[in-house]
Amino acid sequence: MKKESVRLKALRAAFPFTIPIFAGFWFLGLAYGIYMNVSGFSFWYPMLMSLVIFGGSLEFMAVSMLMSPFAPLQTLLVALMIQARHLFYGISMLDKFRGMGWKRFYLIFGMCDESFSINYTAKIPEGVDRGWFMFFVTLLNHFYWFSGSTLGGIVGSLLTFDTKGLDFVMTAMFVVIFLEQWLKEKKHYTAWIGLLASVVCRMIFGADSFLIPSMLCILLCLTAFRSPIEKAGGLS
Amino acid sequence: MTLMQKIITIAICAFATMATRFLPFLIFREGKPTPKYVQYLGKALPAAIFGMLVVYCLKNVDILGGSHGLPELIAIIVTVALHLWKRQMLISIAGGTVCYMMLVQLVF
Repeated sequence: MKKESVRLKALRAAFPFTIPIFAGFWFLGLAYGIYMNVSGFSFWYPMLMSLVIFGGSLEFMAVSMLMSPFAPLQTLLVALMIQARHLFYGISMLDKFRGMGWKRFYLIFGMCDESFSINYTAKIPEGVDRGWFMFFVTLLNHFYWFSGSTLGGIVGSLLTFDTKGLDFVMTAMFVVIFLEQWLKEKKHYTAWIGLLASVVCRMIFGADSFLIPSMLCILLCLTAFRSPIEKAGGLS
Repeated sequence: MTLMQKIITIAICAFATMATRFLPFLIFREGKPTPKYVQYLGKALPAAIFGMLVVYCLKNVDILGGSHGLPELIAIIVTVALHLWKRQMLISIAGGTVCYMMLVQLVF
């Protein structure tokens, strides 16, 4: 098979998986661009930040950082805490990214929540190159986020149509991905650990600071119950 | 902040993001065997992470006040039901989202 058709085939296979992300990223990206726009930043800021950071929650947070006095150490710590969940994604992707050559670098660079979730769970059709499939999922997501936030930064406040509730598209996507994973597993110990640990930590630590405690709690539970979980089997 | 300070702040955010994305791959290099415990985590973590991400999306839902999280609950039930019925990711996500938008715009 020619190289061109390998790529085209992978792009065709990858695109449908990214449609919900297109909706979600354009909505959130526009919101982010508008937010920067009304905070007094030129569209260059959301444009460049969506390219080099490519992490929504931190980029929203960075707006208030950019409007406060310069505090590099605090910025670093806050950014590391918001982004710490990527460590888990990396550990889960160690095997799947093996032997991807130069693509591996971009796959890791662009491993946001959504790219990770799709690349981890998607049933890649037979005959489609895995590396190119994951590459295009990541590239398309990156492009949606980049174009959405740039557009928001430019046309920003001109938009007035009623999009209230559209952000639920991300929640719905993660619900479906969670459900797919759930249906794939025989036992649901780890899914329960993730849900319960996060809910309990959300109640104790509040909406803005429960991610790190949740991650520690999940790690602790998975470590403590390693032998029953492994004995139960069914880990794909 | 001066322009330089803004650039540094953005660079720090980019650096921190990349550090968290690249670190596992730098520690457990290709070609070397990955420790058994880390292999186990790689398999056990995803289901737990997806659970965490669902909760993360719903973190600002107030069960005690406002609409008591009812639109979210209903829309999630619709999403799950659609998915169990059709098993088509796009239909489930679109259906759940449209349902949620109608609920928050027209009902609640």
